[in-house]
Amino acid sequence: MTANIAQRKSWMSTLARAPHDRLNGLCASALGAALDGVLGGGAATWLRAAEIGTVMVRGRTGGTGDAFNLGEMTVTRASVKLPGGAVGHGYVQGRSKRAAENAALVDALMQTSAAATVAAAIITPLRDEHSAKAAKRAAKAAATKVDFFTMVRGEDA
Amino acid sequence: MYVAVKGGERAIDNAHGWLAEERRGDPGVAELSLDQIREQLALSVARVMGEGSLYDPDLAALALKQARGDLIEAVFLIRAYRTTLPRFGASLPVDTGEMAIDRRVSATFKDLPGGQILGPTFDYTHRLLDFKLAADGGTPDAAAEAAPDPAPVPHVMEFLDREGLIEAAPDRGEAPRDLTREPLELPADRALRLQALARADEGFTLGLAYSTQRGYARNHAFVGELRIGTVAVEMEIPELGFAIEIGEVTLTECETVNQFKGSKTEPPQFTRGYGLVFGQSERKAIAMALVDRALRWEELGEDNVGAPAQDMEFVLSHGDNIQATGFLEHIKLPHYVDFQSELELIRKLRREAELRIAQEAAE
Repeated sequence: MTANIAQRKSWMSTLARAPHDRLNGLCASALGAALDGVLGGGAATWLRAAEIGTVMVRGRTGGTGDAFNLGEMTVTRASVKLPGGAVGHGYVQGRSKRAAENAALVDALMQTSAAATVAAAIITPLRDEHSAKAAKRAAKAAATKVDFFTMVRGEDA
Repeated sequence: MYVAVKGGERAIDNAHGWLAEERRGDPGVAELSLDQIREQLALSVARVMGEGSLYDPDLAALALKQARGDLIEAVFLIRAYRTTLPRFGASLPVDTGEMAIDRRVSATFKDLPGGQILGPTFDYTHRLLDFKLAADGGTPDAAAEAAPDPAPVPHVMEFLDREGLIEAAPDRGEAPRDLTREPLELPADRALRLQALARADEGFTLGLAYSTQRGYARNHAFVGELRIGTVAVEMEIPELGFAIEIGEVTLTECETVNQFKGSKTEPPQFTRGYGLVFGQSERKAIAMALVDRALRWEELGEDNVGAPAQDMEFVLSHGDNIQATGFLEHIKLPHYVDFQSELELIRKLRREAELRIAQEAAE
């Protein structure tokens, strides 16, 4: 996998699992200026209007074996093309057309000269917040880890 | 036979109006928000997602509110909603070995890499009603934190697998069949059985699993590992040509280790049962693993002792609470014509019987 694909996977994943309100809030304050700079008077074209659907989540028998269908999850997606040619795809968990549209615009902008600005204003905070939340849960789990100690039994004394 | 009848529209409208009022309850009591249901009745939400077979906590909360807390009615609403959505595809199989662990316990190994992590469990509570919760509000003290061990938390089965003491669970790379896309045909392979069990009614699955413990197809299950946590869901995106994470889901996974003395084709070794469900739902995950294992009797060359949990047709045809409740509850709908004919038949038999008695008395 090239570095570019790895980076794109990473930011698309960050967008996909972001809380909708937070993603939409960050985009409301940061996306407009970035878009204006890139659009240059042109307009973004929606290749795929936002649509809500499902993805069948699969598991593995015994955790490692054959795949089986566990159940579905809701996903919303959208695709957009910028005048410069960059195509952005937004996939977000849950049901929010606005979040999917914002994710698509961010994905497109991340392929333009606005990438650094958009990354700093949107991707980095979302990624940091997700990591912080995960670290908090891991710390709480760690506090419930059992320390076993063996009681001295009567016959051993 | 169900016969369509006309009339009753006004009564139905009024009944639904009253239902809405009863759903709301005393207007002097604050209305439940979906956020409150999702955050504070999380295990009900988990069950509705699991048996509704759709992971979306907000929708499950809405279904619970609309169903007045009736879990099966809420599952019904979720199943019905699901059919209105297009399916974008299937995920890559989730990697539960990479789970961000909330809870992880093993009943077979005390000291294991990653340790025993209790998580937010009801275990070891005294099951005494806590009247502090009946009093108003208050936020509990923040949960204790400790530095997490950055080392991976491997599946317990890997240790037994290394010694070859447990049956392998290889990936044969086959695309699983999907019972939401094609009618369930029997015999069903294990992947199809696991899909059916994952969405089966918790009570039904629990009862069957309990029956195996009490001796109906006993297979001596130990909980090798029970883990609850979050996994990333990845899907190949055709327009990109690579996979991205499309979100993350909370799952409960149970792997059982079962006694097996070997058969003509298999050496003596431990065998496995598997349970995997949406959300925090360990009773269901353990029950699923026990029933999964019981259904494997034929593949493992065990005797069919005629136990219900060994009977694939019985288990798979009766575990779905939406199918079950649909058929069960339809008998309350008008069956006037059916019943009229039954009534006529009983009256006729009565007349014949009375006539016979009268004739015998006369002779």
